Formats: sequence, C-alpha cells, structure tokens
Amino acid sequence: MTVSYENSKAVFDGIKAAGILSLSALPETWLGLLLQRAEDDPDVDLIQVAKEEEAIGVAAGAYFAGEPHALLMQNHGFFGAMNGIISLAQLYGIPLCMLVAVRGHWGEPYPWHTRGGIVTEGLLRALNIPYEHARDPAIVAKQIAEAYTFSQSSLSPVALLLTRDLMEV
Amino acid sequence: MERVQCIEMIYPEIEDKLVVTIMGACAQELYDLGHRENFFYLQHAMGLASSIGLGLARHLPHEKVIVLDGDGSVLMNLGTLTTLARYRPANLVHVIFDNGSLLSTGGFESHTTSGVTDLAVIAKGAGIAHVASVSTTMEFGEAFVEAMERDGLSVIVAHVEAVGPDNYGMDFALPENAFRFKRCVQDRRRATGWTPPPDPGH
Repeated sequence: MTVSYENSKAVFDGIKAAGILSLSALPETWLGLLLQRAEDDPDVDLIQVAKEEEAIGVAAGAYFAGEPHALLMQNHGFFGAMNGIISLAQLYGIPLCMLVAVRGHWGEPYPWHTRGGIVTEGLLRALNIPYEHARDPAIVAKQIAEAYTFSQSSLSPVALLLTRDLMEV
Repeated sequence: MERVQCIEMIYPEIEDKLVVTIMGACAQELYDLGHRENFFYLQHAMGLASSIGLGLARHLPHEKVIVLDGDGSVLMNLGTLTTLARYRPANLVHVIFDNGSLLSTGGFESHTTSGVTDLAVIAKGAGIAHVASVSTTMEFGEAFVEAMERDGLSVIVAHVEAVGPDNYGMDFALPENAFRFKRCVQDRRRATGWTPPPDPGH
C-alpha cells in the first residue's frame, strides 16, 4: 500500500480551487504528499503544529483575519483537538474546515489504528460535527468546496473524511 | 508585583492593538480597564490563546498582536512555544503571567510554583530568541517596551502574585465577542487595501 500521488494532488488542487491558501496541519502518512505540495507552493501558507489542538487556535486566528483556512489532520489528531473544537470553535461560533484522514477502518492492516477508526464517526456525531466521506477523486474538489462553504454558513466545525479508497493505491 | 499592575501599565500601549487573553482573572482585569473591539477573551480552551495569536499575526503583518497568557494555560500547551519558535511571527508579543497558580479554578498550585519549572528557560529551549523573565513592574515595563519596538517574536515571563479581581462579568455573550472582534480585525485589514474573499456565511 502506498499513498496515491494522483489523489493527493486532487485533494491539494481542490483546496486551492476552493480559495483556501492558509493551512494548518500535523503531518501523517496519508497527508504526506499533500503537505509536500503545500510546502512547495509559494501561494500556500502552511503552519505545522506540534499537536492538533493548536491548529484549532491557528484556524480561529486565520478566521478572524479573514483568511480562508483548512485544517489537515489524522483522526487521532482530531481526538487530541477535541477540547479546542468544543471550547473554542463551537463555543464562539468559529467555523473549521477539517480534512481528516480516517485511519483504522475497512481494510486497515495496522492494529494500532483500529480503535480510533472504530470510534471516529461516533465521536463526530456526539459533537454534532457534520461529516462526509471523500472516496472519489473526481468529486473531492467539490466536496472540499462544499465543506468550506458549510463551515462558514453554519459557523461550525465540518469534517471531510479522507478515506483509504481515496488516499491509497 | 500584581498582574493587574502590569496590565494597567501597558493598557495605553495595547488599547489599539489586537489582544488575545486567556480566561478568568486576566481577561477580567483587561476588560475592567475598558473593553475595546480589538480585544478577544478566550474564556475556555486553555492553552490556545497563543495559537490564536499565531494565526492572527501570520496573516496580519501590519498589526502588532499581543497575547496575555498564563502559566496554567501555557503548561497545557507547551508545544505552542515550539510552533512559535519555528514560525517566529515577528509581530507577536507573548506575555506569560506566571503566578504559580491555577487561580481562576480554585488557586491550586501549578507546576511553576516551586520554582523548579522555569517557563522562560522552556521558551528559550524551544528556540525563541527574545525571552525576558521579569519580577518587578519596572522590569516588566522595560521588557514590554523593547518587545513592542522589536521586529521579532518576543516572550515575556512575568512573575506575579496569585491574586485576581473580586468580581467577574462582561456585558456580552462569548460569540458576540468573536463576531465583533472579527469585524474589527477585518475592518482594519480593509483599511490596508485588502479585499475580503467571498464569504458564504453572509
């Protein structure tokens, strides 16, 4: 299993096409090629955080500044960011457009990812975070634009789940 | 020295700057001196005030951004010092009031109380070049003036007594503070010639 070069490009192009040039991220395997592109693109401002919860603050700052922003993280990073999501974003009505690599689900060979994969959707539901799965590179750009629009109109965190179908070949 | 003395001292300087505070006593002391639309009070989510500051400073090079933080909050997000060190927002002043106490949640001692944990040393070790550690209002004032004049990330660890205001309350709801702060920040950015992107929220 390797990370899809073509589909990483489709996701990155989708982010840019949605008008999002400010990104925060914590690198993870599925996001690697995508973040490499972000680092190499002079139009894109990427802030790598030490822990995903920091990115909730960074995203809030970008939002106040009027800068369209997306957060890239693994589902386990979403767990670590949860208090920031609840007690900053949801409490103050700050939108978050989160692209979350969902490890530990159908087809997962690595045991350490599995518990997190199993509980991810339940936690998103518990937090009232609307989510969609991104599986098809042909429509992922549209899904990213829609996720961003919905986060802004609802003043809420929104999650687009990047699946194995999309991220691996 | 008391935190409120420090905030009083710098209030004329920060009154027209973008300021992000942590929860509780620190927020209240600034608010009681006079709220401004360019103040944002993070009344929860401990540790993220400096991350908000980074997000602001990164996108608003024409602004000076002041974060009023505390030991308890920074201890919850020590990684923020490493992220600040990596990106070095030149227009950010990060003030950490270290009262060695989780004052706003009952006054329990924090890890800095015993003097064993030194946040200034941690900030330096994280890679932040300009770190001041101060214990008197005179030292604080000097360090703050230097930080405001410097074109470079500054951290000031201010050792203060564990005391706060005797009453709490603000005359707006939390989201209202966020909405108004955002409007203020973006109005100021527009004045620099910036055009906001299409906002599907409005």
